[in-house]
Amino acid sequence: MALVMGLFGLIALGLVARAFDLQVVSKGFYQAQGDSRFLRVMPISVSRGAIFDRNGEPLAVSTPVVSIWAIPGEVLGEPERIPELAKALQMDPSDLKQKLQQHADREFMYLRRRMQPEAADAVLAMNIPGVNGQREYRRYYPSGEVTSHVLGFTNIDDHGQEGLELAYDNWLAGKAGAKRVVRDRQGHVVEDLEQVKDPQPGRDLTLSIDRRIQFLAFNELRATVERTGADFASMVILDVATGEVLAMVNLPTYNPNAKLSNNPGERRNRAATDVFEPGSTMKAFTLAAALSSGKYTPTSPLIDTTGGHFMYLGHDIHDVERGGNGWLTPTGVITKSSNIGAAKIAISLDTMLMYNTYRAFNFGSSTDSGFPGEASGYLKNGATWGQREKAIFAYGYGENVTALQLANGYATIADNGVMHRPSFIKGVDNPAKAIVAPEVAHELVKMLETTTQPGGTATKARIANYTVAAKTGTAHKAQAGGYAKNSYEAVFAGIVPADHPRLVGVVIVDNPVKGGYYGGQVSAPVFANVMTGALRLLDVPPDNIGRWYAGGPVQSPSGLVGSKPPEDAPAEEAPADEVP
Amino acid sequence: MKVVGSLILSMMLLAVIGSAITLVWARQESRVLFVQWNKLQNERDALNVEYGRLELQQATDAEPRVINQEARGRLGMVDPRPQDIQLVHL
Repeated sequence: MALVMGLFGLIALGLVARAFDLQVVSKGFYQAQGDSRFLRVMPISVSRGAIFDRNGEPLAVSTPVVSIWAIPGEVLGEPERIPELAKALQMDPSDLKQKLQQHADREFMYLRRRMQPEAADAVLAMNIPGVNGQREYRRYYPSGEVTSHVLGFTNIDDHGQEGLELAYDNWLAGKAGAKRVVRDRQGHVVEDLEQVKDPQPGRDLTLSIDRRIQFLAFNELRATVERTGADFASMVILDVATGEVLAMVNLPTYNPNAKLSNNPGERRNRAATDVFEPGSTMKAFTLAAALSSGKYTPTSPLIDTTGGHFMYLGHDIHDVERGGNGWLTPTGVITKSSNIGAAKIAISLDTMLMYNTYRAFNFGSSTDSGFPGEASGYLKNGATWGQREKAIFAYGYGENVTALQLANGYATIADNGVMHRPSFIKGVDNPAKAIVAPEVAHELVKMLETTTQPGGTATKARIANYTVAAKTGTAHKAQAGGYAKNSYEAVFAGIVPADHPRLVGVVIVDNPVKGGYYGGQVSAPVFANVMTGALRLLDVPPDNIGRWYAGGPVQSPSGLVGSKPPEDAPAEEAPADEVP
Repeated sequence: MKVVGSLILSMMLLAVIGSAITLVWARQESRVLFVQWNKLQNERDALNVEYGRLELQQATDAEPRVINQEARGRLGMVDPRPQDIQLVHL
């Protein structure tokens, strides 16, 4: 009896020891094993922040889509349902089966990403074991091709690839959270246990771009490109007071909502990434150096531009005006856009002064606007300038600028010589830097106004009831071995209204083939049409009521008569020649 | 003494049973609330989705290109010519 009791006692002890072992000693191990059967850490997806224009209009919005994922083992467990699943997913059944078999040892596999919610619901309604849906987001751009270069686009994982979507990806994307859940065999979530990591939703972004002005610019530019058969075109509009970019448009363009084409040339934001030789638009900065040096005022000394040809150190600088421009004031150099005048002014200036002025206007370095891939342009180091080079730089050859840099330079002139860093975000308080004296800037604007008066090169840039200060440029395009004979860039830079500048616009049309090629013929009307609309949209009061240009005849007591400005053909630009 | 002992014992027994039942009740409550919470979360998500969709719809309908086409095409609107503009001094 005692023996039996003793035996039972031993067995009981053994059981207790085992129980102790299971409950206390190896508890962690068994608990973990149990948990791993049904606990999962699932991501909490967050939607990407929306991008708005300066007036609160959405430019980029994330819409929810559903990605179908599966546990391959479960799906393969019911092979007879694979064909209907494949049909609902619009995949080939044998293809689907092969994929499932390839991943049979995994726990997770995407079947089809980013389906429309209705189609996904149809798939999920079939209740195939192992098949589940996951919420994801897809970016949609209501403005489509109009804002495509500035905004860029995102990839399938909703990360920005180009443009502002890339530049502000951290701000927009937010961070996915994680939560621990109890999941059943089918993959359905039974219970939410805890939040492992807080999700940080994406934040919205308000741009400085004005959608309406952007569309106006796009429309005009497209019409011009079609009319002239040009290769590319760009337009940039800056707000003078703050340096904010109100519009930036390029052609050719693409639709970011559609599948990407194989043509990367369409996706480049040329206004910020492509460089060109500014041609005569550089003369404003040459004159800025001249006025700052004290050697020149707007009306003196007179410069002899001779008969239209000027041989300097073996290089023939010429003006387009037949017979030459004769004696010109520095203002006249701008009005007539005389290359000889600009060259002679440059020759008389100190080299380092001219170089430093150009550098002060930020030519040769990036404007730091925050756009990814922005180019810096090229300006040769002043210490290495030769005399002939200096003369040629003066009228815009031998240096490279981007449209954004040029617009920034003119915006500096427009804002009393103060430079603001161009910004794509509304309301960012960019530090201002004084570049030239306010008096010099005022004098320059007055000189630039003369181009829209009769005899100037920018008469096609007139805007009724407003004063316009402008500079046109026509540059031969560079090609291998020199400059192309018949291939031009039509450049235009304008400030409006000239008395109290609010907007600066730069238009570039690359290689116009029909209907003229001068900046004053091709690019100036684009500026006029776009700015007429922009000034009206921004409620800028007219400063030249009843006239077509500053100092022009008043058309009638109650307003302007005639639907077209007085017809004087613009004095032509001199597209100067070869490289130093 | 024995009476007190057995009283305490029965009270403790009742307490254990009470706590077990409370546990069951708490678990049930938790499940009910979880289902409700899930439902509300889904509602919130659906509302957010709806808001995003409406935002997108508004942006697409107010697209300047569309308005431009409608105004010029269907309504026959044009930009006023300078001679049609009258300037009023206030």
